[in-house]
Amino acid sequence: MPLLGGNAMKHSRRQNVIPGFGLSLGYTIFYLSLIVLIPLSSVVVKSASFSWGTYWSTVTAPREMASYRLTFGVALLAATINCVFGVLTAWVLARYRLPGKRIVDALVDLPFALPTAVAGITLATVYSGNGWIGRWLEPHGIKVAYTPLGILVAMTFIGLPFVVRTVQPVLADLEGELEEAAACLGANRWQIFSRVVFPQILPAILTGFALAFARAVGEYGSIIFIAGNMPMVSEVTPLLIITKLEQYDYPGATAIATVMLSVSFFVLLAINLLQKRSRRFAS
Amino acid sequence: MHPGVLAPKGRNPAAAGQSEPLAIRLLLVTVVLCFLAVFLVVPLVSVFSQALAKGWEAYLASLYEPDTRIAIRLTLLTAAISVPLNLLFGIAAAWAIAKFDFPGKSLLVTLIDLPFSVSPVISGLIYVLLFGLQGWLGPWLSAHGIKIIFAVPGIVLATIFVTFPFVARELIPLMEAQGKEEEEAALVLGASGFTTFRRVTLPNIKWGLLYGVILSNARAMGEFGAVSVVSGHIRGATNTIPLQVEILYNDYNYAAAFAVASLLAFLAVVTLVAKSFVEWRIRENSSCG
Repeated sequence: MPLLGGNAMKHSRRQNVIPGFGLSLGYTIFYLSLIVLIPLSSVVVKSASFSWGTYWSTVTAPREMASYRLTFGVALLAATINCVFGVLTAWVLARYRLPGKRIVDALVDLPFALPTAVAGITLATVYSGNGWIGRWLEPHGIKVAYTPLGILVAMTFIGLPFVVRTVQPVLADLEGELEEAAACLGANRWQIFSRVVFPQILPAILTGFALAFARAVGEYGSIIFIAGNMPMVSEVTPLLIITKLEQYDYPGATAIATVMLSVSFFVLLAINLLQKRSRRFAS
Repeated sequence: MHPGVLAPKGRNPAAAGQSEPLAIRLLLVTVVLCFLAVFLVVPLVSVFSQALAKGWEAYLASLYEPDTRIAIRLTLLTAAISVPLNLLFGIAAAWAIAKFDFPGKSLLVTLIDLPFSVSPVISGLIYVLLFGLQGWLGPWLSAHGIKIIFAVPGIVLATIFVTFPFVARELIPLMEAQGKEEEEAALVLGASGFTTFRRVTLPNIKWGLLYGVILSNARAMGEFGAVSVVSGHIRGATNTIPLQVEILYNDYNYAAAFAVASLLAFLAVVTLVAKSFVEWRIRENSSCG
């Protein structure tokens, strides 16, 4: 419906004729404050009332430290696994012709769509000693369910779509000319991938990695069923917050929450910087 | 195998050594399909297989349990409140962000995305800190007999929080890409603001809108962590479907737990199909326009 020519448009842009700025922005800020900002600030305000000494001893207690090591360590590992298989999956989906590709493509989003509690009880059952997958692993001495390995499986499951979904569109949009030029200059396929394609998809891979990591760190539902939840061994940080809440230890729960919130904040910052960089790279 | 299968897309593979050798292609495809089969297909199939382990009659009977029926009703109610509220917010936010320039815009976009990077457990905790008995408003609320935490309002609030960004983040890039020329044309021709929105903007964004609604509905019905913190797990009163699944599972009532879980797994499959359909519509629209 391009009714106005270029000149008329340029003229109208100087004076925005579209109504509703005050109303839509006002409502946006009001609702954002009410639902997100004010409730989130309650964590900050609550933790501001702690003395530094108690705060520090709460967040660095041995059980807490064990849960950070477990949660952040396994989340890093899971995000790394997701990078490798995510890039492979994105490559196959973006570049090859496959029968039933649309189904495979839709299936990649299953971890987003499947509620975490369902994922949790299912993974726990499938990987338990007599489960569909567990029964093949158990004879080899590999116990997955109710061990930290189970946490890795759950975190890999829920982070699976992120790298695929960030890398796939970038791969699909890559200009073929660069690869053709490299091939004409005598580069082999591996050289083309590592020197031409990989640098172009690296920001997307890192963004996907950060998203998968952030999701895995905060995950609760799919983990608690498969983890075994032994303090010091297989207890993740979100579960520790729940445990504190159930004991009505609100200050303790809040203190741990501030640690997790600061980690999410830095991951969010990293993602924003990455996206800014890749946008500059693209233009 | 048919030569066209596994062929690289779009280009002539013979032209400039543009693709990997067939053996490598086969290997990559096999690795990816095996990975997806183990991590996605096996769990999905096992939900339905476990749910029907004791036969159809037991399956239907466990869905007809009074506590389960109450949980289904509560989940539907929660989604029916939170999805429309976030839809309204998403439209308002996308309108302000896509059609106008103002300072602090990128900060606003980051803040809208914030609930995605907060752990579900913390999403519940913040409402406990606000409305719980030890919280800011707790004493005042209990003096006036209003229950938010361990009651339905808390569940709805936590659900609104975790589904907060879905519609907005679909609509913002879509409306930014569409620009504002069409709306300006309608307004210059004398249409009112609301008519312009209804007749010009809405038809342009309807698929993106539907996409956001599908995603936020799936999350609203399936949220576990945040809801679990604020619900109090009162049987037959404040349990949503995912919490009911947890209770049945912890009672070692596996067949019933998977039967109820199969409802959510079915919802997930429907969500994926609907999502693919809408993605296909959006692609068609953008390639035609």
